[in-house]
Amino acid sequence: MASEPQGGLTEYIQHHLTHLTPHASNGGFWAVHIDSITVSLVLGVLFCLLFWLKARKATAGVPGRGQAFVEIVLEFVDGQVKDVFHGDRRFLGPLALTVFVWVFLMNAMDLLPVDLIPWITEKFGVGHFRAVPTADTSMTFAMSITVFVLIIFYSFKAKGFSGYMSEMFTAPFGKHPLLWLPNFALNLVELLSKPVSLAMRLFGNMYAGELVFMLIAGLFSAGAGLAGWALYGAGIIGYTVWGLFHILIIGIQAFIFMVLTIVYISMAHDHH
Amino acid sequence: MLPNGTLIGEMISFAILIWFCVHFIWPHINKAIEERQIKIAEGLNAAERAHAELKDADHKVAAEIKVARQQASEIIDKAQQQANQIIDKARGEAIAEINRLKASAQDDIASMAQRARDQLREQVGALAMQGASKIVQREVDASTHKALLDQLAAEI
Repeated sequence: MASEPQGGLTEYIQHHLTHLTPHASNGGFWAVHIDSITVSLVLGVLFCLLFWLKARKATAGVPGRGQAFVEIVLEFVDGQVKDVFHGDRRFLGPLALTVFVWVFLMNAMDLLPVDLIPWITEKFGVGHFRAVPTADTSMTFAMSITVFVLIIFYSFKAKGFSGYMSEMFTAPFGKHPLLWLPNFALNLVELLSKPVSLAMRLFGNMYAGELVFMLIAGLFSAGAGLAGWALYGAGIIGYTVWGLFHILIIGIQAFIFMVLTIVYISMAHDHH
Repeated sequence: MLPNGTLIGEMISFAILIWFCVHFIWPHINKAIEERQIKIAEGLNAAERAHAELKDADHKVAAEIKVARQQASEIIDKAQQQANQIIDKARGEAIAEINRLKASAQDDIASMAQRARDQLREQVGALAMQGASKIVQREVDASTHKALLDQLAAEI
């Protein structure tokens, strides 16, 4: 518990890194992370609601502040898609927008004080609650595997089954039958590395960020007396500085996830 | 469970973060939003202005075309009037000329007729003389009877 410093920093961090799971699951496959699901759903609904409300009332005239903000975000994302992908953006544009805003919002949960939400949930009898869904591999892999499925889908759609298969076996080395296996192995590694790198990059950044916040938070209860207060001040400074730096990280990670999604799906459309 | 020191420290940092966002991040976003609003408003205004100007220009062009058309028709009317005048004048002059020519021709005719009459009279006088001389078998002194002959010629 955050309130018992005698448990030590290790216990404090371990406590904070434990997901909220159903009691009956006993750590099995159905030990779903209720906290990640709840936060991501709430943020997803929030995103949809905000953009839907603004889109519904969108005017061709001078936009209100909310509409102008939505337009700026939309234009930014659409510009990124346009730069990379030259084709029908009716699906890829909204996908990129969803990925960007959703990941950004989930990352932004990292800026909330690490003890705030667990402290609130504790009032309702929920001991463990991790507020950052993107610091959960389940969440990041859920997104990256969805992107992976889309990559496969668009590869087949753009090239046909035979076209895609022939590409898998004949590129990049050549058409010789002896090269079929090396070609396929290389393409398979390339293909599978995409969702793994996509998910692990985001997870790694957010998990590390959360962990650094927890380590700095450890300073708040590290000592007693004058030294304790000095460490407390250092904790506030460190926590703030890391928070400021983290504003950059949450934006960049959301941006990277979006751009790579666009790039991967756009590559699926390209012929080698 | 009361909030402990850790949570308080984190909340202080969070407050600083919020302060930072309010003062250094939100103004940028706000500026972008306002600039966008101004840009759109200006664009719409410019479009409206251009629209009004176009309408104005259309009106002006229509008015000018009307004026030009009026002027053209006036010019045509004037030209027609002038032409009529010229024709009338020419006709008058021609009639006067004709009358003049007719009068002089009539004068000529009259004088020629007079002359012919005079000649005829003279010839008739001579013929009468010859006839008379033949009748009387002697020369009649023309000068002696000139007065008589002239009287005769005038009676013819």
